[in-house]
Amino acid sequence: MLVLTRKKDQSIIINENIEITVLDIQGDQVRIGIDAPREVSIHRKEVFVQISEENRKAASANVKVDLKEVLKNSRLAGLKKEDGSQDPK
Amino acid sequence: MILKTRFFGELEIEDDAVIHFKHGIPGFENVKRFVLIDSDEEGSPFKWMQGVDEPKPAFVIVDPFVIRKDYEIKLDNEVLDELEIKSPTDVSVFCIVVVPEDISKMTVNLQAPVIINCVNRKGRQLILDTDKYGVRHYILDELQRQEDKADAGADEEKGPVHNHK
Repeated sequence: MLVLTRKKDQSIIINENIEITVLDIQGDQVRIGIDAPREVSIHRKEVFVQISEENRKAASANVKVDLKEVLKNSRLAGLKKEDGSQDPK
Repeated sequence: MILKTRFFGELEIEDDAVIHFKHGIPGFENVKRFVLIDSDEEGSPFKWMQGVDEPKPAFVIVDPFVIRKDYEIKLDNEVLDELEIKSPTDVSVFCIVVVPEDISKMTVNLQAPVIINCVNRKGRQLILDTDKYGVRHYILDELQRQEDKADAGADEEKGPVHNHK
């Protein structure tokens, strides 16, 4: 990993079109500003990792389960009311 | 194209049924192509999303507006441009479901909806920058909450507007 030391208001340029600026430092918190082209997606790492993990978990399950069994106790389940009584009034 | 899948056997797939994910999805960055498989049951809010590329992951997906009637996302220009979305009616939104062994505990990831432009079949899983939705909502709890709300709110929605706080 490349390690650079920066002070408040100093920046790093990556690839000529991404600029990362240290905006503020308060104790162990650092505020960072990022200027990047719109197509570059930027995420807090822990959120990205969490989504990756959820996706992997979702894909490792047996997806061919009988989902309507689970929902049968829920009135919302079918979405279609066979007796046609959709109006709650 | 014939696609061999773990859960659905061999699927015959038309080229125009394939949805292209430029970046894959988090955790499966190499899976750039998916197909949607409808549930046999008519009116079901669930579908499947089957990866075409290795390791061919398969997901249960659900219409988030069934889980939360007021589900709301805002698509940035960047997303609109990437998926070439011209009209809200071109867009389908699904959320990925985790089905544990005890399937009554299944959860849905409302923070990372899958957005599909149905016209050009381009898709992307967004990561919403919000604390309104999390990655793990218990589906049955959410449905129950909505029923409770519907029962409690039945009076409010009728009649003239009045604020009772």
